[in-house]
Amino acid sequence: MSNDSYFNITKQGLWGNNIGFVQLLGLCPLLAVSSTVINALGLGLATTLVLLASNVSVSLIRHLVRPEIRIAAFMMIIASFVTAIELAMEAWLFDLHAVLGIFIPLIVTNCAILGRAEAFASRTSIDRAALDGFMMGLGFTLVLVLLGGMREIIGQGTLLSNAHLMFGEAARDWTIVLLTDYRGFLLAILPPGAFLGLGLLIAVKNIIDDLAPKTVTVTPINLATESGAKTE
Amino acid sequence: MLLQHMIRTAALLGLFAIVGTGLVALTFEKTKAPIADSQRNALLNSLHQLIPETLHDNDIYNDFIIVNDPLLGAKQSHRVFRARKDSQPVAIVLEAVAPDGYKGNIFLLIAINNQGTLLGVRVVSHTETPGLGDPIEIERSDWITKFNGRSLKQPDTSGWQVKKDGGDFDQFTGATITPRAIVKAVHKSLQYFQANQEILFSRQVKENTDVK
Repeated sequence: MSNDSYFNITKQGLWGNNIGFVQLLGLCPLLAVSSTVINALGLGLATTLVLLASNVSVSLIRHLVRPEIRIAAFMMIIASFVTAIELAMEAWLFDLHAVLGIFIPLIVTNCAILGRAEAFASRTSIDRAALDGFMMGLGFTLVLVLLGGMREIIGQGTLLSNAHLMFGEAARDWTIVLLTDYRGFLLAILPPGAFLGLGLLIAVKNIIDDLAPKTVTVTPINLATESGAKTE
Repeated sequence: MLLQHMIRTAALLGLFAIVGTGLVALTFEKTKAPIADSQRNALLNSLHQLIPETLHDNDIYNDFIIVNDPLLGAKQSHRVFRARKDSQPVAIVLEAVAPDGYKGNIFLLIAINNQGTLLGVRVVSHTETPGLGDPIEIERSDWITKFNGRSLKQPDTSGWQVKKDGGDFDQFTGATITPRAIVKAVHKSLQYFQANQEILFSRQVKENTDVK
């Protein structure tokens, strides 16, 4: 059962079976929202919250729910949490909510969340499910922020622009202008830039994996194919 | 046996539905007031950017009527906020829509004083191309402030176009359609104001409770 050790769950979520890098799930919001660091961070944190909450609830009811209705029950749980989080964001992070717009309700359709519920949380104890939800979410956030940072620097020459949307007025001058008088590189901000950026990041990850000493690790394919919910 | 199984399964799913709906309903109740506050503050913020608080002394947020006119773009209803000082009309803020943006509707707030001069224009929301069309946002460039002080006579009708079409207003590098749509919408709103000025100020505030 080394598969289920806390260390392994953490490692799988952040690196080995990362939602954005390896499972390649939830690409639609990932690519659409990652044009700046703050947008990326907002969506990443919202997704993490949903993953954590849904994983815990699914694990909680795993002995109760019958196999015939499990997907329906999981979807209901996920949809409820997403709606609740969307309302909360509109109430307390109004401007960020306006920027992220449709991509918050669309977290429901991020099949990574149903995938984790079905493939992992419904078969394990609450603490492991919670850790898995948190780490998977963190891994996803990490990819979002990396991609967001890359696109923001190349596209606009800044970092952390619009931080006040998330952290309040005090954060308005957090913006770091890395390249003054930069005219911008439009490709990075437009959708193709997102695809190219993600492709490059995945390539870098694969190179790192190839260079790393080969230890016996769990093949990520196992978990991904188990999930059954691969279509976007 | 089978029937019993089915009923139990259905009941279980029903239970999940009730709990889920309960969670959403609870959150909705808890967030209703803060959301309304945030929306109000966001709008008030834009209104005060256009009409400084020194210019009026009424509760501009609640002093509005709802109008409907093709000159304001889109078929939906538009709010018109009225600013008054000592009960005298000072200016209005129109909710207008530029329907022919590059990627659809551009929602605008347009402030016009009672002489028919523009106090300012702001983009409330849009879906124009990031990097090309978004200098219409006040956060990104001062293009939108070039409308300040303009009116139907300044420039005249032929000037109410982007420079590329022979008018007075700059277009952006790589984006002509977006500024063209806004110039057109602002021009039409001025025409609407000229034709309806009297009514706009005199019409009574409707019971707005359901719109809030």
